Amino acid sequence: MSETKKTGIVTRRTILKGTAATTGAALIGGTFPMHFIKNAHAQTFRGDPGSASSVKLGFNVPQTGPYADEGADELRAYQLAVKHLNGEGDGGMINTIKPLQLKGNGILGKKVEFVTGDTQTKSDAARASAKRMIEKDNVAMITGGSSSGVAVAVQGLCQEMGVIFMAGLTHSNDTTGKDKKRYGFRHFFNAYMSGQAIAPVLKDEYGTERRAYHLTADYTWGWTQEESIKAATENIGWQTVNTVRTPVGAGDFSQYITPVLNSGADVLILNHYGKDMVNSLTQAVQFGLRDKMVNGKQFEIVVPLYSRLMAQGAGDAAKGILGTTNWHWSLQDEGSQAFVKSFGQEYGFPPSQAAHTCYVQALLYANACEMAGTFAPWEVIKQLEGFEFDGAGNGPTLYRAEDHQCFKDVLVVRGKQEPQSNFDLLEVVKQVPRAQVEYPADMFGGELGPYQV
Amino acid sequence: MTNTKIVSPKQDLIFMAILSVVVLTMPIWLQPFGAAYPDLMQKFMIFGIFAIGYNILFGLTGYLSFGHAAFLGVGSYTAVWSFKLLSMNVIPALIFGTALSGLFALAIGFVSLRRSGIYFSILTLAFAQMSYNLAYSVLTPITNGETGLQLTQGDARVLDRMAGIEADASLPTPNLFGIEGIGYSGFYICAALLLISFFIYLRIFRSPFGLKLRAIKSNQNRMGYTGFSTRPYLMTAFVISGMYAGLAGSLLAVTDPLAGAERMQWTASGEVVLITILGGVGTLIGPLLGAGIIKYFENIFSAFNETVLLNAFSFLPDWLAHPVAAVVGLFVGEGWHLTLGLVFMLIVIFLPGGIMEGISRLARLITNRNKAEPKSGAHENKEKEQASAGEV
Repeated sequence: MSETKKTGIVTRRTILKGTAATTGAALIGGTFPMHFIKNAHAQTFRGDPGSASSVKLGFNVPQTGPYADEGADELRAYQLAVKHLNGEGDGGMINTIKPLQLKGNGILGKKVEFVTGDTQTKSDAARASAKRMIEKDNVAMITGGSSSGVAVAVQGLCQEMGVIFMAGLTHSNDTTGKDKKRYGFRHFFNAYMSGQAIAPVLKDEYGTERRAYHLTADYTWGWTQEESIKAATENIGWQTVNTVRTPVGAGDFSQYITPVLNSGADVLILNHYGKDMVNSLTQAVQFGLRDKMVNGKQFEIVVPLYSRLMAQGAGDAAKGILGTTNWHWSLQDEGSQAFVKSFGQEYGFPPSQAAHTCYVQALLYANACEMAGTFAPWEVIKQLEGFEFDGAGNGPTLYRAEDHQCFKDVLVVRGKQEPQSNFDLLEVVKQVPRAQVEYPADMFGGELGPYQV
Repeated sequence: MTNTKIVSPKQDLIFMAILSVVVLTMPIWLQPFGAAYPDLMQKFMIFGIFAIGYNILFGLTGYLSFGHAAFLGVGSYTAVWSFKLLSMNVIPALIFGTALSGLFALAIGFVSLRRSGIYFSILTLAFAQMSYNLAYSVLTPITNGETGLQLTQGDARVLDRMAGIEADASLPTPNLFGIEGIGYSGFYICAALLLISFFIYLRIFRSPFGLKLRAIKSNQNRMGYTGFSTRPYLMTAFVISGMYAGLAGSLLAVTDPLAGAERMQWTASGEVVLITILGGVGTLIGPLLGAGIIKYFENIFSAFNETVLLNAFSFLPDWLAHPVAAVVGLFVGEGWHLTLGLVFMLIVIFLPGGIMEGISRLARLITNRNKAEPKSGAHENKEKEQASAGEV
């Protein structure tokens, strides 16, 4: 069905006459100017740009708090995406993602504008900020975030409000599992995939006779990552000595690290992210954990979710540490290269994985609108569901319709011993193929909810 | 010290009428400030309730509680649980939220009110941080920790089921017999409750009970010597302000059915102190103004980004616009706390009585009443100020 905009230049009578014809034309034409048609069955939706010449997107990222570094990089990526969508700059991944209908003239001919907000990595603040974007700024889509707690909270709000949420960096299984929503989409990988990807590497590197001690960020992401990594490592024969929850943004982890020394564990698994991970890893190394021999083996530290920004923050402590990432700027495929090039030209340094996923999300949303020929969210959702594409840096990728999770290759990385530059901190150990990290859609339960709210 | 003039009930009614008009027409007159959207106006109302309740304790008795966010949190959690277990109707949520916060305040007050001054503040702060940590990790089954307590499709909602209301495919929204808690209708629910709360608060201010609370502030020992036991009065004031906080907390859940532990953090307790001092401690309308200003800063200033600034300064030549935007950018966006801090410092230094003192000074200037400067503007409570504030 075609979607309409209010203009007031067409009378009701002409609509009745013209509806059949225009609908037919809509089906055939595809790219005709929408704003000349008025449909008797028009449905209103939030964020409808109407006849305005621009469309607004809401970038809701942490600008303060433990994930502020990621948030800043996400915002850079979004601004770059807006440039590319509006046909400025070199176009970045618009030239490499296939299939893509974007023409560099905004979305559906409307110039892309944006508003920003600070999630503070708090559910309350993030929802308030998202509400402001929806109610005051009339955004067509909200995207961003660097915490699963926030992603789940904002996704719930967006479902209620009927505005599409393109999740940024969120790694909890719950985001597209237990708490999945019809209006929420995630390009980033999740904790289960991390576990599946890293376990074989851990087995090769550290053997099957290991005793693991988990320190876990105390919220949805930490919980599901602990669960997934525990399951995956126990699968290769490891034992789990203890799992300890630590508050987000704790700063000082020494009280949690001291007991590790006497627990008999020989691997420390840090289910931390952002500044938390920088602090806990640095402190663990300062406590001399990695110089110890336990049970006749070298003590090891593993960080299941790794990023270049964190390796940068942790400095020497990150050398030799294994982990997984969604993407890394050193990848040699065409899409990654194009993105790294335009990001580098704009800001002078390579993008992080958070920037990558946010950039891709913005383009995918824009493309889905083009494909649907409307901003009506239920039509855009149908375009995103089951969308298959390539050229965004992770090989052939599928946006699974059943849970709105993207399936693509996952990287296992290690902190470089001799980095060439400030940014060349991780080396890719293995590119784990998509097939190895796939799982049935109903594994984590949850209900998507209705298309129209 | 408390030179409260006798205010006739009629004058109070006129004052209430003016306030009602001002509050209910907010969607119109806030338009030019870019603040006339439901979520922010709801916040004005909710934090207004929170702040006037806090003012009953801090403004009247002078007891500085640093733990009021705990009551806000208890109110929110109770309301969300009421939505989950009983009904999506807001009435049970508000009643239970307020009542349970009152009980909670009774327990905390019982211990904390044995001390006064800084010791009282520290005790309340300790209790609030305890509640926060409980909500954050220990009581995760009840509070869902960091992720926050949310509604789900499969909630019991016993009363709704009994009344034959089944949730359809989408999540139900809190409502007052069909009037939704979100959007403009949500604002009017909050506004109605603010006006009711404000009327009760006004009556407390004018009552003999209110006078006794002021007496506690001016000299508790003397009060004791005249034969009053101050503890029951303090306790009542503490519980009432706890219930106001609980009501505010439940309303937060009504307008957005999610309760997060950060609502109980000390920063949230500090915020209400800030609001009250900024507006004017012990003044009738000051806390409402403070709530409005702080929430406005938090929501509007924090959203300014470089693009917005560059647009705003586009009248300047290009070589000047960028540096100006860069400098101003330090104070907006993520730097809005900096602006708030500066404003707060200026007000505390130059207007110790808060914005209300500024308004009354202005009023005096205008009416040309060259009275001597009052010794302690903070404790002034002139009817003139209230009347002029009502028209702001």
